[in-house]
Amino acid sequence: MKRFTGLLVSLAAVVVLAVIPLITHKDSSMQSMFTILLGIALASSLNILLGYTGYVSFGHIVYFGIGGYVGFYTMAQLGQSLWIALLAGAAAAAVFSFLLGSAILRLRGAYFALATIGVNEAMKALVSNFDPFGGPIGMTLKVSFYKDYGGFSNIGWMSYRLLIVVTLAVVITSYLVKKSKFGLGLMAIREDEDAAEVMGVRAPSAKTWAYVLSAVFPALVGVLFFFKNSNIEPGDAFRLQLSIEMIVMVMLGGLGTVIGPILGAGAYQALRSTLLTVDKVKDVQLAVAGVLLLLIILFIPTGAIGWVRRRFPRLRRVLE
Amino acid sequence: MKRIHVWSALIVVLALVLAACGTSATTTTAASTETTATTTATTAASGTTAAMMTPVEVTIGFTTSTTGKYNTESTRQVNGLQLWMNDVNNAGGIHLSDGSVITFKAVSYDDESTKDRVQELYTKLATSDNADFLISPYSSGLTAAAAVVAEQYGKVMITTGAADDATYEQGYTGVYQVYTPASKYLTSSIDLLHSLDMGATKIAFVYENSTFSTGVATAAQAYAEANGYDVVLFEGYDAGTTDFSAIINKVQASNPDAILGGGHFADGEALAKQLYEKQVPVKFVSLLVAPPEPLFSEIGDAAKGIAGPSQWEPQVKFTEEGAMANGSAWIGPTGDDFVSEYNAAYGEDPSYHAAGGYAAGLLLQYAIQQADSIDPDAIKAALDATNLTTFYGNLTFDTSADKHGLQIGHQMVVVQWTNDLTKEIVWPEAAATGTPIYPLGS
Amino acid sequence: MSFGELLGASLLDGLLIGFVYGVAAMGLTLIFGVMDVINLAHGPLIAIGMFFLYGLFTHFGMNPYLAIILVAFAGLLVGIIVYFAAVHRVINAPPLSSLLSTFSVNMIIIGVGTALLSTSAYNVDFKLSSLTIGSNITITGTRLMAAVVAIIVTALLYGFLYRTRAGKYIRAVSNNRQAAELMGIPSTRILALAFGIGTMLAMTAGALIATILPINILAGGTYELKSFVIVVLGGLGNPLGALAGGLVLGLIEGLVPVFMEATWVPVIEFGLFVLILLLMPNGLFGKKRGS
Repeated sequence: MKRFTGLLVSLAAVVVLAVIPLITHKDSSMQSMFTILLGIALASSLNILLGYTGYVSFGHIVYFGIGGYVGFYTMAQLGQSLWIALLAGAAAAAVFSFLLGSAILRLRGAYFALATIGVNEAMKALVSNFDPFGGPIGMTLKVSFYKDYGGFSNIGWMSYRLLIVVTLAVVITSYLVKKSKFGLGLMAIREDEDAAEVMGVRAPSAKTWAYVLSAVFPALVGVLFFFKNSNIEPGDAFRLQLSIEMIVMVMLGGLGTVIGPILGAGAYQALRSTLLTVDKVKDVQLAVAGVLLLLIILFIPTGAIGWVRRRFPRLRRVLE
Repeated sequence: MKRIHVWSALIVVLALVLAACGTSATTTTAASTETTATTTATTAASGTTAAMMTPVEVTIGFTTSTTGKYNTESTRQVNGLQLWMNDVNNAGGIHLSDGSVITFKAVSYDDESTKDRVQELYTKLATSDNADFLISPYSSGLTAAAAVVAEQYGKVMITTGAADDATYEQGYTGVYQVYTPASKYLTSSIDLLHSLDMGATKIAFVYENSTFSTGVATAAQAYAEANGYDVVLFEGYDAGTTDFSAIINKVQASNPDAILGGGHFADGEALAKQLYEKQVPVKFVSLLVAPPEPLFSEIGDAAKGIAGPSQWEPQVKFTEEGAMANGSAWIGPTGDDFVSEYNAAYGEDPSYHAAGGYAAGLLLQYAIQQADSIDPDAIKAALDATNLTTFYGNLTFDTSADKHGLQIGHQMVVVQWTNDLTKEIVWPEAAATGTPIYPLGS
Repeated sequence: MSFGELLGASLLDGLLIGFVYGVAAMGLTLIFGVMDVINLAHGPLIAIGMFFLYGLFTHFGMNPYLAIILVAFAGLLVGIIVYFAAVHRVINAPPLSSLLSTFSVNMIIIGVGTALLSTSAYNVDFKLSSLTIGSNITITGTRLMAAVVAIIVTALLYGFLYRTRAGKYIRAVSNNRQAAELMGIPSTRILALAFGIGTMLAMTAGALIATILPINILAGGTYELKSFVIVVLGGLGNPLGALAGGLVLGLIEGLVPVFMEATWVPVIEFGLFVLILLLMPNGLFGKKRGS
């Protein structure tokens, strides 16, 4: 049990946040917690690529969009259930990330980052022109579709509960990766890829699997998000800004840790929603996030949790 | 040097802690204008004698695009709505038969013309702000997102500034449209063209790739082809386009007699301006949303002769007598009164966006009067049965299951900018206040 | 308008704006060439240039082409400030650090800019007469002037890099920073200067765009993406390649709509971008220096 303290702390953090709306039964707290868990799930999946493997993906939101679109198409045009849609979305993201990853993971550093941006923008433009996906107008699910899911008014809560499951899954996966030999290989790649290869780490395949793993969860989250909104459009599915915010969340909390992205995402999304309605300040939120990010990059690049871990070595076991 | 590490870390941790404490489980932040709204109308009303007057404050929730690409249109829409609210409150509110006196209070936020904000904010309005009724944001795209939320929380939402037909085909039961649907926007411009020049046969459609303008263009294309026109170009441009040179070159090459399309104000204005700068030889141009806005004249010479469909103009005359003559109810001020009030309050002539905002309020007022309560189901029933005329025109709704809430009573006019940079109604002939300029540039 | 005329008009429109794109991209590629930093604040800096010109024209009634000179100097200053604030400390750190630090500057500028200016569109109401070629092709005067100014700016940049001592220092640092330091070149000052010039180019391009098209605080992002595509086309670190890349992109934007719907242009732009990154990482015109 002692061995898993880190995992339990991380899971507890998620659970504590997640049950608040379930206890209060208030729609508004469900909504805000939904965005927070969304952030946590996205940030934790990105962490597998960014934190463990050291590859900066600026366009990671593309998998949120691909999963969302394929899943939505499965429901709207093929009339399938949400469960099939989740499977389809995850499968599409897995296949796409595998193929794409094999190609672009050859690039290093800044080139890789630029390529991921290019992929996201190209995908957005392509989907915008792709008529089966509704072109620039996207797709909508009618109210009648939701009869089997407890009615239109219930889909928020239903998606929320599923999101909790997905978030917990990401956290557990993140922990397992970190503690496994696979994860060790990834972190070796992060530190020095050539040295890692010399030591026997099969970098290309390891990176690709990390990439695929980091792509599947955003896809699941995407399907749930658009299911809840009953509508999808290219602009919503491939928002570059959200992709960037994912990076900020990971960096804030501490990349390469399990609990870092959880805290980073939680704090960032909470800050965002709080500032959302305050007229004078609502746009400054981005500037505030920018300043925080800058301070972190300049002075504590390992993020809040990283700094705590270094400063208080005894907490290391607790804060994985 | 280490000190700064500690300070930075402390700042970051403090920020995280503050942010975590501020989670919006219940936050009422130091926000704009909202004080707590209470609406317990029906419960408060029951049990009071008819002689007692219980004041009841009804909350109307909406977002405005104070910033972002829709800010021109949205500001006017909200101005209209706010004017209505002031008028009805100053007149003493609505008196129900059970003694309650309804006055209205607005709770609104800036949606920055973006969909994700609309979703979050309307959810907030429907849940923690306890809005009784919702008014849509401006634009079909944002309204579609708001309608989902309204329906999910069972709130009645009156949409204005949103013409797209598709929103009313989703199966919603509580969403009601004030604008004439998108499918009718450009059909009257084609009729106008036909009356001006039977020899004009080629039409180019250039439209923004939003649900609204695509809906308009698709319906108009079908109408044009059904009436024997040759659609020489039918192309959408991405929302947010500012450089129209490539598409204008294409339009010019297809040699049309008329150009129809556009999208919203910002792109419509830019398109008109660039068409002029590139001296495209075309005889007739009709664009969506932008030409009816008085602000359109800021592009100067480029505005002259440009036409556009409008939901309402100051020159149209709907009267109480006319309403009685065709068997509909009447509520609200006359068109002239509305124009002078709006001018006094906002220092400019109202556009149809403003009129639509005011009309949305009038509709709600009428429905509450008819239902004699603010219970959502009673209101829906009243709206379903509505046949109302206001200064804005007639409002009647489609109540069939697959098009519920679609506006079927209201008609549009076509306006055109004259060489003196004034706006005249040029179609339909019965409502016309000026002769159309044809061809463009004459 | 015949097909030939359509091609001609599209080519011209595309090339003219391509020069302006090139100026923007030169700023980005110069910074990368000199210090191996991809400036992710590039877009908002372009937007600042746009609004600076808007302010000078609308509130001070200045002639836009004179105002551009002021914008350029402001760009130099802004660039030097951004360098010392965000880049200097992480200049020797792994690339992720400078990517993220410049990105945080991006967020700060957009956040403050949106709070002050909102995301609404603004128009610089400046008119020049149009030029008509033949009977059917019309080029707007502002577009033509923008291209002319862009060419002048490019020439000035080249004059600076190849005819002045500071320019020589910049090329030396770009070539091999350590060797340059050993030769007595004050590398920090040179790096700051280079970053300042890169920002100057970005802001100038923004100002030029403002004379032709409507602007808003987020528009910089679109031009930043275009700049990425261009520098990759032209080869990271190669200013002449950036100009050529700008022209190529302008041509694509002008010509592609002739043959298919204009909405396919971003697909082609970004598809090309990814392909070149994968297949020809040194761009169509190659990098100047090795590794």
